[in-house]
Amino acid sequence: MNINERSLTTMSTLNAQGSRGTSNQSDEQTEPSTTLSIFALDYKKHEDLKQMLDSNKDNLKLEAMRRIIGMIAKGKDAADLFPAVVKNVVSKNMEIKKLVYVYLMRYAEEQQDLALLSIATFQRALKDPNQLIRASALRVLSSIRVPTIVTIMMLAIRDAVSDMSPYVRKTAANAIAKLYALDPELKDELVLIIAKLLADKTILVNGSAVQAFEHVCPERIDLIHQNYRRLCNLLVDIDEWGQVTILNMLTRYARSQFVDPNKIFEDEKKSFYEDETEQNINEDEDSLDKRTYVMDSDHRLLLRCTKPLLQSRNSAVVMAVAQLYYYVAPQSEIQIVAKSLLRLLRHHREIQTIILKSIVFIADKHKQIFEPYLKSFYVHSNDSSLVKRYKLEILTTLANASNISTILREFQTYVLSSDKDFAAHTIHAIGRCASTISDVTEACLNGLVALMSKKDETIVAESVVVIKKLLQINPSQYNEIIKHIVRMVDKVTVPIARASILWLIGEYSDRISKLAPDVLRKMAKSFIDEETIVKHQILNLAAKLYVVNAKQTHLLVQYVFNLAKYDTNYDTRDKARLLRALLIQTDKCPTLSKHAKKILLASKPAPILESIIRDHDQYTLGTLSFVIGQKAVGYKDLPDFPLEPPDPSVRNVEIVTPLPSQNVSSRKSSTTTRITSREKKKSVNDENFYSDEEEEEEEEEEEETSTEGPDTDNEEEEDEEDEKEKTTQNDNDTNEYEQLDAQSTNNIEPEEEEKDESSGSSEEEESEQEEEEDDDEESESDESADDEKLTPNQSSIVAKPSSTLTVSDYTIPATEKSLLEMDLEAFLGAPSTSTNVQVAPVKNNIFDDLHGLESLTSTSSNLVYTKQYDCLNRITGQGLQIQYRFPRTPFQQSPNMIHVELIFTNTTTNKDIHSIKFYKSKSNINIQGFNQIDLLPSGVSIVTSIGIDFNDKTQPASFDILYDDNLIPTSLTILCHVGELIEQKFLNDQQFNQNLGK
Amino acid sequence: MIHSLFIINEAGDAFMEKHWKTVVSKSICDYFYEAQKKCVNPEDIPPVIATPHHYLINIYRNNLYFVAVLTNEIAPLFVIEFLHRIMDLFENYFGECTEKSVKDNYVIVYELLDEILDSGLPLITETNILKELIKPPNLLRKVAHFVTGDSTNTTLPSKQLSNIPWRPFDVFYRNNEAFFDIIEEIDAIIDQNGTIVMSEIQGYIDCCIKLSGMPDLTLNFVNPRLLDDISFHPCVRLRKWESEHVLSFIPPDGNFRLISYHIATQNTICMPIYVKHHIQYREGSSGRFELTVGPKQTMGKSLENVIIECTMPKSVLNCILTPSQGKSTFDPIKKILIWNIGTIETKTQNSAHLPTIRGNIILVTGQPIPESNPILNISFQINQLAISGIRVQRVDMNGEIYKPYKGVKYITTVKKGRFQIRT
Repeated sequence: MNINERSLTTMSTLNAQGSRGTSNQSDEQTEPSTTLSIFALDYKKHEDLKQMLDSNKDNLKLEAMRRIIGMIAKGKDAADLFPAVVKNVVSKNMEIKKLVYVYLMRYAEEQQDLALLSIATFQRALKDPNQLIRASALRVLSSIRVPTIVTIMMLAIRDAVSDMSPYVRKTAANAIAKLYALDPELKDELVLIIAKLLADKTILVNGSAVQAFEHVCPERIDLIHQNYRRLCNLLVDIDEWGQVTILNMLTRYARSQFVDPNKIFEDEKKSFYEDETEQNINEDEDSLDKRTYVMDSDHRLLLRCTKPLLQSRNSAVVMAVAQLYYYVAPQSEIQIVAKSLLRLLRHHREIQTIILKSIVFIADKHKQIFEPYLKSFYVHSNDSSLVKRYKLEILTTLANASNISTILREFQTYVLSSDKDFAAHTIHAIGRCASTISDVTEACLNGLVALMSKKDETIVAESVVVIKKLLQINPSQYNEIIKHIVRMVDKVTVPIARASILWLIGEYSDRISKLAPDVLRKMAKSFIDEETIVKHQILNLAAKLYVVNAKQTHLLVQYVFNLAKYDTNYDTRDKARLLRALLIQTDKCPTLSKHAKKILLASKPAPILESIIRDHDQYTLGTLSFVIGQKAVGYKDLPDFPLEPPDPSVRNVEIVTPLPSQNVSSRKSSTTTRITSREKKKSVNDENFYSDEEEEEEEEEEEETSTEGPDTDNEEEEDEEDEKEKTTQNDNDTNEYEQLDAQSTNNIEPEEEEKDESSGSSEEEESEQEEEEDDDEESESDESADDEKLTPNQSSIVAKPSSTLTVSDYTIPATEKSLLEMDLEAFLGAPSTSTNVQVAPVKNNIFDDLHGLESLTSTSSNLVYTKQYDCLNRITGQGLQIQYRFPRTPFQQSPNMIHVELIFTNTTTNKDIHSIKFYKSKSNINIQGFNQIDLLPSGVSIVTSIGIDFNDKTQPASFDILYDDNLIPTSLTILCHVGELIEQKFLNDQQFNQNLGK
Repeated sequence: MIHSLFIINEAGDAFMEKHWKTVVSKSICDYFYEAQKKCVNPEDIPPVIATPHHYLINIYRNNLYFVAVLTNEIAPLFVIEFLHRIMDLFENYFGECTEKSVKDNYVIVYELLDEILDSGLPLITETNILKELIKPPNLLRKVAHFVTGDSTNTTLPSKQLSNIPWRPFDVFYRNNEAFFDIIEEIDAIIDQNGTIVMSEIQGYIDCCIKLSGMPDLTLNFVNPRLLDDISFHPCVRLRKWESEHVLSFIPPDGNFRLISYHIATQNTICMPIYVKHHIQYREGSSGRFELTVGPKQTMGKSLENVIIECTMPKSVLNCILTPSQGKSTFDPIKKILIWNIGTIETKTQNSAHLPTIRGNIILVTGQPIPESNPILNISFQINQLAISGIRVQRVDMNGEIYKPYKGVKYITTVKKGRFQIRT
């Protein structure tokens, strides 16, 4: 009781202090528990928590659990509380339950028997109607790592995979990897489950499913075939982390399923910058083993679908795309990754480091893609040291004859940097530039010699080392420099620099024959104090001088050898012994000694100045192994491209009837699967009242996200309100935020005009650009190729559906109303607005028409010309009914306008209607009115044409009409359907495939 | 994947740990400490450290180290990005992410860590969903606990998760507002002659959206082609941007970054500021120091919060300087000179009134004269101006019937240390 009281008092003080006090309190109380001397207190302390957990008040329990979590968080042991905690797994209070789960995940592995007590609760929770509870139960169940419950886990996962909630399915996918880690023998069963999850239609699940696939059975590439196209198409919508996993998997997949796109270019280097000619390249070559390379359409699909991901905010996604392009794309297309990688250089320091390292790697192979961005790699003085080094490395790699002067100028400032290590690296970099670009060798050398007179030792030393290497490349020219360096030997103290100088003297002693013995004399004096590396060079120098000038140096050499004989370093001793045998004790190995001169003064190959940090090119770009430079656990190399492409038909989702073109067949299959899946969906909804609510809402909301079609009502209101605001709001200069509507007032009129102009002119620009950098943006050129044939102001909208159409092949999951489906629907006219046509058959018709469009067999007359929309009903029109329809033919008076036919019907029985005329347009939309209709007898319909310039927007056009000299009470509104903005265009099979291929 | 996470403070104390799989002993951090010891600057610690059996990936932000322990091959950027995302999440929940805030809210921290990763694999990372599952701490609840003495939270998480991952489905505001901050950072190096060596603009559109229901926003730019390379928040419809160059999106609730863009070096930008400098060391332990700062092409806007920072060479003992405007301080230990100028009005064009600082440098006697002049780091801010000239034309809202207040703000600024002048 005593304890209980105490805990209660603690509680009240805790509450008084609020939750912040809680942690402090528990801090103080747990602190002593680590020391053994107050073991009693420790015991009591936990007793205290146990009491709280055993009480029947939820807030006491919760407080206790919080304190226990605090202990876990600090890494303190709370294992002995296990029995007391595990009881609370049945608690009704979510908060407590959650904390108990946290505890269980941490300690269940250590107390397996007791953990089993909780299993029943999880099993019950797995059947809970709340998806969150089901998911968390599955999560904990799979995370407690108790081998005895493997079968229970298996059952739970199997159930969860067919759960209605995608969130639970996602959790199940995650659980697979955990189960596999616990019991690898279950692999076969798990693979079946993974196959099922991979086919899941929800984007939420896809990422985790692929993750599980990568964990359990990465070698079962055959499971991917059927899902490949769907994954590619959905990739943009999947969550960021899933994208990374899927991208990595697809890279591997592409490497194993497609042929190398660069292979043929290896024979014809000159043409790989020209992009368009992929197919024609080899036409003039007639050798047998070279086939014309046509990229597999699925390969192209992958590249096209991953490209937008370069604009992700997540650096890991961008890197994964860069990796994919690096390993899978044709060389000409890799350059699109450059910009995105550069953008990431503005991210956090850690990201910057890794991106730069990757750029070093890419730039090594594809210099040209980073050359335009040279300045982005200039070093800021407060970059971290690794960043500086990588930037330096990239600058050096990118250096060529045309930009070397700018780079060297930049290097000059780096040399003066107060960061001495960085300055030293810069000197090394200058050396590399000098050795690779012969034009500047002279200038660099002079610069480096100048650096040798600096006061800082590290700089001087580094310059000496670099100069030594440069001199070796072409020694004869630089006698003066050699002499200069030799004179410095007394001043330089850095071992590596001293060693370099000594080596130089030995090597070119013939040119400084007077100086050399003197240097050796000085060195002999200081021999014992030198570093090992210097000692070795002294020995070398001695040996070489002995060969050339034995008379003068004989004694000195003997002396040096003797000193070396008793050196502490065995390498030095060995070296001395070897040289002595070679030179002095000639009788020991006469054959070698004869050639002593040749051996010692052989002409040495000039060293290649190499990067200091480029040492692990063998690992896949962007992987952990790549970054640390050693093979990480679980690292696998990417497979090489196969020489012969595996059968591409395995990726066909559903083979219907064999059609001549593969594209057409896949399109067809997609429509059928789509329709069937939709039907299926419906039936599911009917049967299963449980899922009804969740799923339907889901659908609705997803529709909303992707709505692209007309959204008329609100916009109209908006417009009206905008107009109102125009009058009221003029300037908001005082306000920090500019009010937008106010701003739009000023612009709205001229803007329209401007826009027309600019869209025209910018298009010209675009096409100009394209000519220049064709390979840059494939899809865009694709689109604008279409545009050019269309009326100018329709282009921007037209471009879009046409591109979606080419992408739109395969299965579209019924649960996902993706953008593309909405487009199609708009194209068809939303079913709700169609008046007298049944939905389903029309759909089929139109899909047939789409086929027709491709194959040039059908004409526009097949398109739904019959669909009419109500514009004015006969009740509000007092007998006059107006309908409109889109004839889909060009409007004669103005090419910018959409042709709309108005059907006026007099529905009155006996009254004639006189003089119907167009009054004025109400919205900002240009409308070309119709000629006045003088007389409309009762029961008669008259068709007139008007033209509307929707200006590429889907805002409805509204206008007023007069008849009998009265204004019709409501203004007429014509809704614009995106589909109607598009001009028809016919492509034959070949053209279509070509466009698709781009 | 991510096996464990340690949160370490500057003093090297791993004050919080979380294990998603089998527990990894704290001693693994020793490898990290070792790497830390080798570096003078915390920024210099390599982000990836390989140990015999584990791989450590660390980030350093807000004076905290997040160290993730891995056992298997995984893309390091994946982990780094994720750690930063955790940090962002904490900032979102607690207002700041510091040792204190993490310690104070350790229960929430632990619950969050549990929710975002499922045995090391990312589960839910969208703040909006997380906030439905785990309520952020707020004052009201604390007060309620205090009054009632009841600290249990009995509300069940709602049954339905929003289907747009980034937006809860039941948002309501009495005042519907949407604010867009267009922030541009200049990144530049200017050499001693005043020529621009490199310049780039990094821009962001940060939004604060407080709109009820499911609004569908469309943002039009006057000059969208200016934007060179953009990264989008996942809510932005990519295809709409590609085809029409408008940003169309259903916004997340509250604060978020809509896009960030990059305008690269090709078209040089006009610098809004210039600095005339005259720094000279003379033999005999002294030197002259003189700076003049003036505005340039600021479209009539004034420069605010102008600060010049300069790290002097080691051999400088002290600086005795008198500024004509603002305050200057010199830290003789770190050798950092800071001149806080404040606001420079554009009207003071004639050079007599421009802010100037001049005085003497005292060198340590016996030390050699520094070989190079220090680099000046400048930071400033210009309100109501986006240096790239980007302008928002209009913002439209569909999907809801109310009339929101919409506002756009332009700011040009400099990220610390990214605007450098070589002298």
